[in-house]
Amino acid sequence: MELSIEINGERVARDVEARTLLVHFIRDTPGLTGTHWGCDTSNCGACVVLMDGTPIKSCTTLAVMCEGHEIRTVESLEVDGVLDPVQQGFHETHALHCGFCTPGMLMTARALLDQNPDPTEHEIRTAISGAICRCTGYKNIVAAIRWAAEHSRQEV
Amino acid sequence: MQTPAPFEYERATSLEGALASLQRLGPSARVIAGGHSLLPMMKLRLATPEHLVDINDLTALAFIRADGDEIAIGALTRHAELLDSELLAEHFPIFRDAENVIADPVVRNRGTIGGSLCQADAAEDLSAVCTACKAKVVIHGPGGARTVAIDDFHLGPYTTAVADGEILTEIRLPLRAAAGSAHEKLERRAGDWAIAAASVAVWMDGGIIADAGVALGAVGLTTIHLSRAEELLRGKPPSDDLIAQAGEIAASDCSPMSDGRGPVDYKRHLAGVLTGRALRRAVARALHQEA
Repeated sequence: MELSIEINGERVARDVEARTLLVHFIRDTPGLTGTHWGCDTSNCGACVVLMDGTPIKSCTTLAVMCEGHEIRTVESLEVDGVLDPVQQGFHETHALHCGFCTPGMLMTARALLDQNPDPTEHEIRTAISGAICRCTGYKNIVAAIRWAAEHSRQEV
Repeated sequence: MQTPAPFEYERATSLEGALASLQRLGPSARVIAGGHSLLPMMKLRLATPEHLVDINDLTALAFIRADGDEIAIGALTRHAELLDSELLAEHFPIFRDAENVIADPVVRNRGTIGGSLCQADAAEDLSAVCTACKAKVVIHGPGGARTVAIDDFHLGPYTTAVADGEILTEIRLPLRAAAGSAHEKLERRAGDWAIAAASVAVWMDGGIIADAGVALGAVGLTTIHLSRAEELLRGKPPSDDLIAQAGEIAASDCSPMSDGRGPVDYKRHLAGVLTGRALRRAVARALHQEA
């Protein structure tokens, strides 16, 4: 079926099977491979993207369900060579090692800060509880999100 | 790579339209909302519907409101909305207990109460919660709406009273005086299914438990309604001894299976302990004595 979705502000259209999952549509059609395809079971959070500003797991969402909604992926964070504060925070506090969970962590963090610009450590840990990182032990990820809360885009 | 088997997709724009589609498509059609129960089942090919009717645009089915002497919850209400609802937290704090431990916040942004109940997985928390709260559910079909008691809703594992061509539209919770409720769940790790879970609601009359609702999750083939524990509690003042007796009934009246989450005797033990904890907390909330 013909499908047209807005991804990072651009219309992406393709003839797809109804069973196409959003994660594959994003990676295959516009070739935005920043969204990672991880556990495939909605457990790991590597595939998190924003749907109308709300974080969702794109491995457990049909692409056809997203028509009429705005999808935002990790590629939208950096603008004109300037990193989003959450990206800069990950850089500053060394919040990644292998990087596989990072796109999902970044989008989950972005959505948290959009809703709650000054989250406590507990609120951060709750927000990212649907995302698994096997490298960092989370401590530096929490620090990165706090760093982002304390720095505006202009300061990055 | 997990991919569902092929199916035809259509998006409903009205409840009447969705019902007409289901009627036309017959038993090979399924309703999809959040998709966080159905899509994993389809990816594992445990479910292979030939048609999906997407009801996400039926926003009139997403609400939590006081309606006379009941709280009404639309079937399309997301877990995140149930967690955030102050109305629900005030009258049925059991929902916030449960929602805090259902999957994770990102899953809760999509999954719905209607989907959870219709999945009818024995380890699904809201089925036990709604059983304890003595909920009724409203099911719409081609002939109009019918109301079904929650005890008559769950027919067996993954099987409900919602027939082909019908849609669960609403959950109704009776509001009664001096209510308290609590949900206790033990999981191996954050966001996992329960090893065992207990839901308890009580309605007090002075220092006496006038009525109680007790249900268990994850310790049988279906949600277990502990009517024997409710009979025990009815008309008695809460005491350590009474709570211990209710726990003993829970441990004996469940039928857990040994699996990766633990052996049978451990799960029976948990059913008793969690029932006791939930009962204690439900009573404390009803009496405004929660620590």
